[in-house]
Amino acid sequence: MKGRTIRRHFRESFKSLSRNGWMTFASISAVTVTLLLVGVFAILMMNLNHTATSVEEDVEVKVLITIIEDEQQAKAAEEKLIEQVKKIPGVAEARYSSKDEELNLLIEKLGDEFKLYEQSNPLRSAIYVKAADPQDILKISDQIKKLEHVHNVVDGKDTVENLFDFLETARNIGLVLILGLLFTVIFLISNTIRITIIARKDEIEIMKLVGATNSFVRIPFLLEGMWIGILGAIIPMVAVSVAYYNLYNALAPQLKGQLLQMLEVSPLIWQVNGLMIILGIFIGLWGSFMSVRKFLKA
Amino acid sequence: MISMKDVYKKYPNGVVAANGISVDIGQGEFVYVVGPSGAGKSTFIKMMYSEEKPTSGDVIINGKNITTMKKSQIPQLRRELGVVFQDFKLLPKLNVFENVAFALEVIEEHPKVIKKRVMEVLDLVGLKHKMRMLPSELSGGEQQRISIARSIVNVPSIVIADEPTGNLDPENSWEIMKIFEEINTRGTTVVMATHNREIVNTIRKRVIAIEGGMIARDINGGDYGYEG
Repeated sequence: MKGRTIRRHFRESFKSLSRNGWMTFASISAVTVTLLLVGVFAILMMNLNHTATSVEEDVEVKVLITIIEDEQQAKAAEEKLIEQVKKIPGVAEARYSSKDEELNLLIEKLGDEFKLYEQSNPLRSAIYVKAADPQDILKISDQIKKLEHVHNVVDGKDTVENLFDFLETARNIGLVLILGLLFTVIFLISNTIRITIIARKDEIEIMKLVGATNSFVRIPFLLEGMWIGILGAIIPMVAVSVAYYNLYNALAPQLKGQLLQMLEVSPLIWQVNGLMIILGIFIGLWGSFMSVRKFLKA
Repeated sequence: MISMKDVYKKYPNGVVAANGISVDIGQGEFVYVVGPSGAGKSTFIKMMYSEEKPTSGDVIINGKNITTMKKSQIPQLRRELGVVFQDFKLLPKLNVFENVAFALEVIEEHPKVIKKRVMEVLDLVGLKHKMRMLPSELSGGEQQRISIARSIVNVPSIVIADEPTGNLDPENSWEIMKIFEEINTRGTTVVMATHNREIVNTIRKRVIAIEGGMIARDINGGDYGYEG
């Protein structure tokens, strides 16, 4: 194909957008509305996923150490135990907490009445263990239970399992919703583009009658679909970026230390904008390709 | 030039539109194709520009057999032909110049050549002064002249016209016929399906009459031969 023909296709695709004013407007609007939905939903899901991940990362087990009267022996046993725990595959962190520190935590949580126990501390020293992959925490817990000087392991098995189940269900629901939304978007936009092309089937017929090859017919339509995708993505990209930037600045400081965490504006916004423009282009091209193909076959 | 041998065409609904047609049309001839409605005239014409393929037999246009032709070769064939329709088939959103230039853009002709050729043919059909107008701003006769200009802009060896005067009043029909005669004088073969008895009987040319998918008559300088 000659260079001037390629230039012609580009020129024609732009001209065609303005010639088919209302149809172009309808297609771009469809892309805009649906991509806006996709963008908002993607940001929501990515933030939820981020929160879920940080909740998972906070999951830890508490290893209670057997009481040994002799301080020397106790210290040696504790050090050995920490070493053994750290060696278990999948353990990311093993933090020691002496029985005095444990009591302070208890007092902080439950109140000054518990200061009474400072005279004779009945608590045990503990090791707090986190897993590299939070899903492994119960397996690690089982292995720790087998070690010497372990009195008990508080792993909140039911709670952890429920939490993981809940997070998995939430993620799956999110995934299904995203896929459903994508499917709807592709269907809706490609149908709108299809209607605009059906309205121009005479144009395709005439092009073929004067000897246009299929690719000569197809390329301007594909380019037109691509422009519709790009133009349709601009408003959602700007809107989602501005809205998230402001929301982040307003809410993120208040959420510090809370369970719910917001993702930083960058790179999230770039990722979501990238998703929207790629989706816009892809759907524009695909909608045009499928619609023109129908007439080229005829 | 145009050669059909034992051409048989049966549509999926069972209608037989060509039932053993054999005919030869030489370079530079002017041929009317006449016959009652539903006799097979349109199929006869459509097979020439490969809009329809025969069920059996050979249709040879400029030495190319369209029966065995690959789909990808059809555009090349159509570039050697000009086709004119009853309903003009102009692109409503392109102006006169763009509608005519379109046929040359498709074959990737140089813009300078396109401009020169389009001006020449618009001059031939007498509409150079209306080249910036949209088809909707023109009369039916003028639209058909644009359609003819588009069909000849790439200097085809054959112009095929399917009832080109069907939507026009008598005055415009005569104007259109003058243009076809002019095209034919320049050596282009013209094949025209028509219902216009007056034209066929006045501008005497070869007449091929089709009835029931068969050639009923083929007479040089013949008349229309049907009532109405």
